[in-house]
Amino acid sequence: MTEKIFRVNMTDLTTSVEAVPAAWAGHGGRGLTSTIVAAEVEPTCHPLGPKNKLVFAPGLLSGTIAANSGRLSVGGKSPLTGTIKESNAGGTSAQFLARCGCKALIIEGQPKGDVWYSLAVTPQGVTISQEKELIGKGNFAVAETLANRLPGKLGLITIGSAGEMRMASANISVKDPDGGLRSHGRGGLGAVMGSKKVKFISIDPQDGKVEIADTEKFKEANRAFAKALVDHPVSKALGQYGTNVLVNIINESGGLPTKNFTLGQFDGHEKISGETMHDTINLRGGKVKHNCHPGCVIQCSQIYNDASGKKLTSGFEYESIWAMGADCCVDNLDQIAEADRLMDDIGIDTIETSVAMGVAMEAGVLPFGDGAGILRILQEDIAKGTPLGRIIGNGAGSVGRAFGVTRVPVVKNQAIPAYDPRSIKGMGITYATSTQGADHTMGYTIATNILGVGGSVNPLVKEGQVELSRNLQIATAAIDSTGMCLFIAFAALDDATCLPALIDLINARFGIALTGDDVVNLGKYILKTERAFNTAAGFTNVDDRLPEFFYTEPVPPHNVVFDFSGEEIDTFWNF
Amino acid sequence: MQLTVKLFAFFRDGRFKEEGREYPAGTKVGEIVADLGIDPDEVGVVMINSLQSSLKATVAEGDNLAIFPVIGGG
Ligand code: SF4
Repeated sequence: MTEKIFRVNMTDLTTSVEAVPAAWAGHGGRGLTSTIVAAEVEPTCHPLGPKNKLVFAPGLLSGTIAANSGRLSVGGKSPLTGTIKESNAGGTSAQFLARCGCKALIIEGQPKGDVWYSLAVTPQGVTISQEKELIGKGNFAVAETLANRLPGKLGLITIGSAGEMRMASANISVKDPDGGLRSHGRGGLGAVMGSKKVKFISIDPQDGKVEIADTEKFKEANRAFAKALVDHPVSKALGQYGTNVLVNIINESGGLPTKNFTLGQFDGHEKISGETMHDTINLRGGKVKHNCHPGCVIQCSQIYNDASGKKLTSGFEYESIWAMGADCCVDNLDQIAEADRLMDDIGIDTIETSVAMGVAMEAGVLPFGDGAGILRILQEDIAKGTPLGRIIGNGAGSVGRAFGVTRVPVVKNQAIPAYDPRSIKGMGITYATSTQGADHTMGYTIATNILGVGGSVNPLVKEGQVELSRNLQIATAAIDSTGMCLFIAFAALDDATCLPALIDLINARFGIALTGDDVVNLGKYILKTERAFNTAAGFTNVDDRLPEFFYTEPVPPHNVVFDFSGEEIDTFWNF
Repeated sequence: MQLTVKLFAFFRDGRFKEEGREYPAGTKVGEIVADLGIDPDEVGVVMINSLQSSLKATVAEGDNLAIFPVIGGG
């Protein structure tokens, strides 16, 4: 099936299927969303106005049998950060969009009035329908209702009430193979979808298939690639404990932000750890291993049941557990799981919202450790859009401004996730320089700073951190273009057969001859394209800094501050 | 000498989470790993008093030794 660009104009409610411009042909995933946003969105536009666009793009390998290749990118200008944004999620939609021949789905314009719509994508193109029944409904109700309304196993992309209310931390949910939800979490793109009055997008690939230029070579490369993934010990541990295995090791390192970033270790760490979660899941008949899309061979996801054995949540990730747990001092994993499920239903980023709760706790809105209070605010305030709910739903920065708090852990107004930049300095460089605001996935120096994967750089010294973060950010931008889950990076950093096999897969898919250098250049091109957008939007190097308190408040147990000068941080961009 | 040993992930299976243990002065981390019946190739990270360390390091009285298998996440 020839790849096309599917375009939807919500101003005049028209759709079109267009040839792929030559300049976009070699791109997929993040490389494509960022290229399109940079080409078509005015950098100074209001993120919630008609000039912003929402762009979905499956990765270069999505829709094929390549292991772990089903990740979907969504891009636009972020209402949270004001920067360009790419957010990436699992679920089945990337594979289905690719099988529709949809290289990118661009949603532009904005309808007048208060009518809501849904989009249906098939290999023939996109149709727009009015939607009434599901407006105001949570994501789980949307998924359940549509499972009955629409025949067959369709892909589904949806927003909850937070997206409808255009909250700056609203996410976009994607259905997984078992009816669970995965999220394009960060940066508030759910609000952009809400601003275009699109409640959900269904995807029916019919009998569409992705064309492979050289099937034999492709299969061979996939065997080598999958083997490298399966053989790596990190993949095994991810299957067994999920990403939450990190709670104890980050706590031990002194880098687990606790009590709104005032401490580096959490007394209740053992109770919320991956080890405890693993035992609890087994005890209650949940599933320790689960994949967010068919073809994943690592399976870091899981199904977490409540004490009565009923499913409470899935895809229960370290960063969400850290945020609601250590950062808010809640040591009750069931309450955290309940909050996770509520946030998935409301359609709001678990990291941003929980860090915002931590700031609200510092402001005295509720006490630290008040898990029941968090659940109440999620249900009574955020889901219903009360003034307090909107303040918290607009993110950590919003809470800080509303209540006059100075200890607000954000960069470019996006909440800093689960690794303290004072005691794990490589992450500080990533948070400061990322084109998207604070985001651990942009350049995951934890691998090398803490986990001993891809070498070792002492997390407490300055030497080597800028270079480490730069190399990882370049590699990540390229991986985010392939449709691959980022967790392939552990194998890629350690196993010399992994990256060449990935490049062979791309070459066999398209009948081209990319080299390792081409892939590095792709990563550099993406970062520079994104940064140019931000510069045109008004950002300067002074925005590439951490909040003041990281430079002045030492964090125990190592009692260290973030001590990079502005000039040192700026050397990141020397490439 | 007395030190605290902490184990994580599947290293806990059939062993312990945290234990005060007695070793002769000058013991190396690698010797403790062997004493616990852990395959040194499976060790991913060692921390002494929350600082990154290695199998070759020597432990001292009162140290807090944490031993992790190769793990990841993010
Ligand atoms: S490793 Fe986890 S996030 Fe990655 S594709 Fe598999 S289930 Fe999804």
